[in-house]
This record gives sequence, C-alpha cells and structure tokens, in this order.
Amino acid sequence: MSVALDLDVALFEGLCRLGDSTLVLGHRVSEWCGHAPVLEEDIALANVALDLIGQTQMWLGLAGEVEGKGRDADALAFRRDVWDFRNLLLVERPNGDFGQTLMRQFLFDAWHQPMLKALEGSGDPRIAAIAAKAGREVAYHLERSADLVIRLGDGTAESHTRMQSALDRLWPYTGEMMMADDTDRALAEAGIMPAPDSIRPQWEALVTEVLSEATLKTPDQGFMHKGGKQGTHSEHLGHMLATMQWLQRAYPDATW
Amino acid sequence: MYAQMVKSEASNDDPALLAAFQARIDAGEKIEPKEWMPEGYRKTLIRQIGQHAHSEIVGQLPEGNWITRAPTLERKAILLAKVQDEAGHGLYLYCAAETLGVSRDELTEALLSGKMKYSSIFNYPTLTWADMGAVGWLVDGAAIMNQVPLQRTSFGPYARAMVRICKEESFHQRQGYDIMMKMARGTPEQKAMAQDALNRFWYPSLMMFGPSDKDSVHSAQSMAWKIKMNTNDELRQKFVDQTVPQAEYLGLTIPDPAVKWNEEKGGYDFSEPDWTEFFEVIKGNGPCNAERIEARQKAWEDGAWFRDGLMAHAAKQRTAQVAAE
Repeated sequence: MSVALDLDVALFEGLCRLGDSTLVLGHRVSEWCGHAPVLEEDIALANVALDLIGQTQMWLGLAGEVEGKGRDADALAFRRDVWDFRNLLLVERPNGDFGQTLMRQFLFDAWHQPMLKALEGSGDPRIAAIAAKAGREVAYHLERSADLVIRLGDGTAESHTRMQSALDRLWPYTGEMMMADDTDRALAEAGIMPAPDSIRPQWEALVTEVLSEATLKTPDQGFMHKGGKQGTHSEHLGHMLATMQWLQRAYPDATW
Repeated sequence: MYAQMVKSEASNDDPALLAAFQARIDAGEKIEPKEWMPEGYRKTLIRQIGQHAHSEIVGQLPEGNWITRAPTLERKAILLAKVQDEAGHGLYLYCAAETLGVSRDELTEALLSGKMKYSSIFNYPTLTWADMGAVGWLVDGAAIMNQVPLQRTSFGPYARAMVRICKEESFHQRQGYDIMMKMARGTPEQKAMAQDALNRFWYPSLMMFGPSDKDSVHSAQSMAWKIKMNTNDELRQKFVDQTVPQAEYLGLTIPDPAVKWNEEKGGYDFSEPDWTEFFEVIKGNGPCNAERIEARQKAWEDGAWFRDGLMAHAAKQRTAQVAAE
C-alpha cells in the first residue's frame, strides 16, 4: 500500500517535471512573438511554442488526474508558486539573443526527442500515448534547431562567435537532464519512465555530431547546475510566473 | 481594413493599351503578374498590398503583448495561433507584392523608414485581457468587411491571398467574440473590462475604413481598377449595422449615444469618429506609433547577424557543391 502511494507521488512529480519543462520553454519561446529576425522564424517559433503548450496540457492534465485533488492543467500551471515548479533550469534561462534561444532549444530537443522515444515504451499506457504524440512534434523541433545551429555555427564570424558563446553559457545547465534522484529511480524501477542517464548516450551522440558540423567547440567544463527538478530555481522563474500567472491570481473567481 | 488612404497613381501609358486593360477589368478578368498593366496600377497595388502586409506584421505586436499573460493554456494557444496566422498573412501578402517587382526587403525597409504606412488601428494600446476579445471582434470584424469583397479584386495573386486570409480572419473574429462573451458574462470586473475595451476600440475601429467618402480623394481610379471594391462609408455603415446587435447581445453599450436604428435607410445612424485624431495617428502621433515602429526596427536590426549567418552558410554550401562537381 505504502509502495503504491509513493509511486503515485513519484509519478506526479515525474509528470510535473515533463509538463513544467514544456510549459516554461513554451512560454519563453512565445516571448519572441512578433520580434523574430525574419517572418519565417516568427511562424516557426509560434509552431514550437504551440506544440509545447499542447504537450503541457497533456502532461499536467495527467499529473492532476494522478494527484486526484481536483486540480487540472490550468490549476497546476497558473496557481502553483515557484518552489512547486519542477522544470529543468535550462528552459527557464532567459531568451538572450536569438542564438541563445536556438542553442537552448537544440540542447533541450536533443534530450527531449530520445526521452519521448523511451517514454513511448512506458508501462503506463497514458504516458506512452502522450509520448507518441509529442514525439512526432519534437522530431520536427530537433530537425529545425539542429539545422539552424549548424548553419549559424558555420555561417559568418559573428554568427559563429554568438553560437559559441551561447553554447558556453548554457552548457552548465545540460547536466541536470541526465542526473537521477530518488523520484527518477522509483519511476525507472517501476518501468514508468526511463532512468535519466539512459538518455545520455543518445544525447551526447547527437550533440557531438551537430556541434562538430557547426564547427563549435564542446565546452570542457564539467561543473553542472542542478535543482530545477526538485524546485530550487534561478531568480528568472519567479519573474516569468509573475507575468504568466498574473490574471489568474488577480481575479481568482473569474473564468476565462 | 488594413490599407487606408492608399494614393492612386496616374498612368501615362498609351491610351489604347489603357482602354484595353480597362475592358479586361470590366469583363471581370483577373490580371496576372506577367501580363501588361499600367504603371499606376502596379504602383498603387504595391502600395496597397504592402500596407496590408505591414499591418499584419505590426498587428502582431498589440496581441503579442498579451500572449505571455493569457489566463489559461487554451487561451494562450489560441492567441499564439492567431498571431502566427497574422505572420502567415504577412508572408502571403509580401509574396503577392513580390510578383509586382518589389522585394520583401525593400518593403520592409520602407516600413522601417516610415515611407510606408500600416493601419492606424495598431497604434492603439491593448490594456486588458478584454482587448484581446475586442481586437478579434471589432478589428478583425472591420478587416473582414473590407477583405471579403477584395476576394474579387482584379489582381489575381491579391485576390487569391484574400481567399485564404478571409477564412482565417473569420475564425479569429469568432474567437474574439467568444472572449468578449466570457468577459461580458463573467464577474463584475470582467464585465467592466469588456465595456472599457469596447469604449476604447469603437471609434478607432470605425477609423479603419478611412476618411469619409466626401474627403476620400483616391477612390475613383482604384474603384475603376477593382482594387477597391466599396467606398469607405459603405463599408463603415455595414460594419456598424453588423456590430450594434452583437454588442446588444453581449449586454454592452456602444459608446455613442447617437446610435439609433433608422428605418428609412435600413441601417443605424451613428457619430463620425474624430477625424483630427485619425490624421494625427496617421502622422505618427498615436499612443503607440513610436513603440510599434521601434519594436520592428529592433527585431530587424538585432536579426541582421542571423540573416547574414544563414546567407553565408548557404554560400559556403554552394561553393562546396561546385567544388565537388
């Protein structure tokens, strides 16, 4: 009984990690709306943000169902405070220039795609179904972000410098994706979600290949930030939530 | 209406060619890019389609202002999809303009330098969430009023772009009305926001159709060429007739005490907008003119390295390919 209960708690956590990461990244990407360097990028960014928000609805919807306290995806997205968010630190990094936005997307997509592939084999059919749907979208995200990283890394001297600096800046936030804690271990043992470090070989292979084609140098720095998955965030997330949740918080009795 | 006060160009072409051209238009034929056309027709269309495209692009900004504050995941997704459609409309329209011999970059430079205009409506701020409803309901509603007849306009690529655009715009209008409905039937604060949004957007929406016919100097040639299909006042009247009952259904009050059904003309009487304000906004003195154009300039300047990087990579690829062959 207590094992089953713990597993539900872990499952809720695991689903929030997925749904909060797509929510926060979708929000960041949507901040570009109307301000991208070319019209085609405005359209592509909106596509990516839309996919991520759609995935958030599915992951957080299921999280609310698993929790069983009557919270839906909107309640989880708009009525939790910063310490309850379980997203990766990488996705809450501010947009920076367009190069940082693209590099953040690529480093995430390179993890997201194999992660979803593994989740398709989840012992929980609800998770497998969401992963299959999201996987088709994310395959496109990865194709686009990898292609742009290559083209800009191997573009002009300025685009190369900007992409290298984006990579150096974001690299210390990539380790968290592959770092396991007790929640991850419980879910992996139960066959519900893959062990985070099982994604590492595919992530490394993809990243190495793309960065080398982009003529970018993989940072040799080993230090990695962590804490997002457990609810310890950077200062940036609070500001994002202040914007995102404002209407729901200011008018708690309203329906929209 | 996203193109306002488009100045028609006179044509100094051969009168026989001009007459034959006019006969084709009168017969309802579509003019295609590679066919002969008067210089004035070409220039007027570039100005009109360009202004329309710029309006779609600048029009992303007042709505983009609320994407990060949308109150639910579904509303956020709907708004994002809508703004994405607008970018798409901009893209089709720039492509339609390109068939007339002007590049997208040239048009963009003309927008950023202030040589070309965009619709006055996008120089008004979006202050509350209800504005996302009002923009969809009133602004897209007014745009549709103008664009539905433009599906029959004489220039083929423009007419075809309008067919696609109109389908999406009418969807946007319904979504806007749906937001208004939720707000108007919501809490007292929500209802107040809805009324306030209508108060602020009513007259600017009426201005979208351009000055009164008696002051509209560019209409005759454009109407003969079927670039403009109805007069400004005809469309404005149609818009008011459609919108007043919708406001009543919402339980909101049109901010014009003169609005009254006129049995004789079969339409509503209403007050003219403040045309002094309109001309000030067109001149650059609207509440958001400076911010809107600065945002577009910044996007363009900040994105230069990105565009250059892609071009440089493409050039390298071509060189490599030639070397390999």
